[in-house]
Amino acid sequence: MANNHLTGIGSESKQLATWYLTVAAILFGAQLLFGLVAAIQYVMPGFLFEILDFSIARMLHINALVVWMVFAMFGSVYWLLPDETGIETIGIKVGKLLFWVFTAAIVVVVLVFLFVQVGPADETTIWFITEGREYIEAPRWADIGIVVVVLGFVFNLYATGMKGNRSGIVTVIMADMLAFAGIYLAGMFFTDNITVDQYWWWWVIHLWVEATWEVYVGALAAYGLITMIGAHRKVVEMWLWIEVAMLFGSGILGMGHHYFWIGTPEYWWEIGALFSALEPLPLVAMFIHVLYDWGKTQGAQEALGKKTSVINNKPAFTWFVLNAFGNFLGAGVWGFFHTMPQVNLYTHGTQFTSAHGHLAFFGAYATILIGMMYLAVQGTNGIKVLRSTKTSIWAVSMIAGGVLGMTVALTLAGYVQVLVSRAQMGATWAGYFDGQSGMWFSQAMDWRLLMGFVTFLGFLLLAKDLLTTGKNPVHER
Amino acid sequence: MTNKSVWSDSRFWQRSASWVTGFAAILLIWLTFDTSAQISMGTDSDLQNGVTKRVPGPTVINYKITYEMSTKRGHEVPVIGEKEKFFGRDDYSEEEAGELLHLGKLGSQAKNCMDCHTLLGNGGYYAPDLTKAWLDPAWGPEGSLQAMTGKNTKEEAMAEFLQHPSQYPTHARMMPNLGITAKEAKGLVAFLKHLSSIDTNGFPRNFGKIQGAIHGK
Repeated sequence: MANNHLTGIGSESKQLATWYLTVAAILFGAQLLFGLVAAIQYVMPGFLFEILDFSIARMLHINALVVWMVFAMFGSVYWLLPDETGIETIGIKVGKLLFWVFTAAIVVVVLVFLFVQVGPADETTIWFITEGREYIEAPRWADIGIVVVVLGFVFNLYATGMKGNRSGIVTVIMADMLAFAGIYLAGMFFTDNITVDQYWWWWVIHLWVEATWEVYVGALAAYGLITMIGAHRKVVEMWLWIEVAMLFGSGILGMGHHYFWIGTPEYWWEIGALFSALEPLPLVAMFIHVLYDWGKTQGAQEALGKKTSVINNKPAFTWFVLNAFGNFLGAGVWGFFHTMPQVNLYTHGTQFTSAHGHLAFFGAYATILIGMMYLAVQGTNGIKVLRSTKTSIWAVSMIAGGVLGMTVALTLAGYVQVLVSRAQMGATWAGYFDGQSGMWFSQAMDWRLLMGFVTFLGFLLLAKDLLTTGKNPVHER
Repeated sequence: MTNKSVWSDSRFWQRSASWVTGFAAILLIWLTFDTSAQISMGTDSDLQNGVTKRVPGPTVINYKITYEMSTKRGHEVPVIGEKEKFFGRDDYSEEEAGELLHLGKLGSQAKNCMDCHTLLGNGGYYAPDLTKAWLDPAWGPEGSLQAMTGKNTKEEAMAEFLQHPSQYPTHARMMPNLGITAKEAKGLVAFLKHLSSIDTNGFPRNFGKIQGAIHGK
């Protein structure tokens, strides 16, 4: 029975996982497409003006981002649950029904965003069109739907974890997902006080991406190391607990770095600076953890006289290693750049943030979730060793290169904005456009667009590889 | 034989993780109570009695607001001065001003302002930050934006711009028409005026103080 679960053939939980991962991949494509529209608008401001304005393109860009990652996270949990617990996921029928409810709701929300776009200044807009709060614009009805779906997912997870073998990885995911779901409630109210609004808004955004999602990534990396290179579970799970302590220890109060300038008291300067400066540390730990375990298991195998690689899924492992690098570089280094209040006074709300956002979301989350897609391809096709194809290598190189290129371009644009619009011109309307009109800024935006195209082409190759590599005869079956 | 070290004991790290997380969460919740008290919206009597609130009450629209260097705090802070007419009146009651602010805040969300502009520095980077937009010299009596709309007051100029943004381009990148009505525009301007009165610990720095420095004027 256990073998069936491992291969992904005959497990309903793993079937549901592939559904979630498929929709995630489609939404990833949509994210890149709307990102391209927004990038074109920086270079050609008349593009789709008053048809699909920047605000709408960007809203779809960042909401598709959040939703595809949530879909892929749910899918990954349904994928690993039978392996970890040794039993089929409990309540899987409800899980499947909720998947369709979730997907249908997302389609309706996207169509309304695309074709209705904005509404009159009253409560009906908040309930049915847009909540207008960055990243969580989904209207209130969808919020309630999302809560119902997430509760169903958490029920599946808890029922399965409590009945089956509750491993360290499952324990971490159970605790983490409850926090992940609960925090969403902080973003579901309206207030006239924008400072109070943004205070709680960060509880959702920050405590997701700089706390609960990071812990989730730690758990996924642990699972990946065990399944892909046969790392020792005891070692991996101990590292995971250390990472949880470091991530939550720094990340929860690191929220202070969002409370420097929104009307909240000055003491957040010290709290935010101290704890967010510590935030890169667990990312270093995660980085070392992945590379150390890889070297250790490979070395142990070579000591036995076997020269073959310990990795049984090359493309997935490539993405997992890229996650270790990208998380540290994008979330850690690019985040640390501007987390000190002395620096942030000038960089807050500039392309610096955008540069950090691109590399961090990609490095910390997109990479590992794409890796999970490759694990699902391996499992559903009963492949023992999944090898990299030319397409998978081109896909990962173009996507990673493209995102890195965009990040460098946006960082340069950020410098121009900080120096011209902020330091010299004091952030006025005129100062803003002086910065935007500079040659360095506009050239950076040209490069960003070009690198965006590279990323999108990489995505097309990735989609092709995910769809076809399962049937490729090069793999060991 | 030596005992197994605690440093390689998974249970030790599991407990440490729980304690650290619990401690951080409790500290955050405690700070949230303190912050919530400090950022609650002030009242009309606070304004009349000169009580400084980080987020003043909606009737702040009856007063002149400036952004001045505080030597004590080492950065600029909003200063609420004498009475100032807002759409011809300086006697909005708490209820009237509250309704305007409510309309404006709803409008700011219903029109997705935050997906192009930043408010308190958060949002999109495609358009200027609006945190202190009310205090932007360009909207003032000598300012180019006010002149462009042909209106005589800051609030009327801003309201006119919001209703017909693509008639008044300030750059190749224009604001699109979002179907903002005259009533909604008035609410949005009240929202922006209130926004500029929030104590943001000196963000943005030097706002509106260095006009045209880049061109050596």
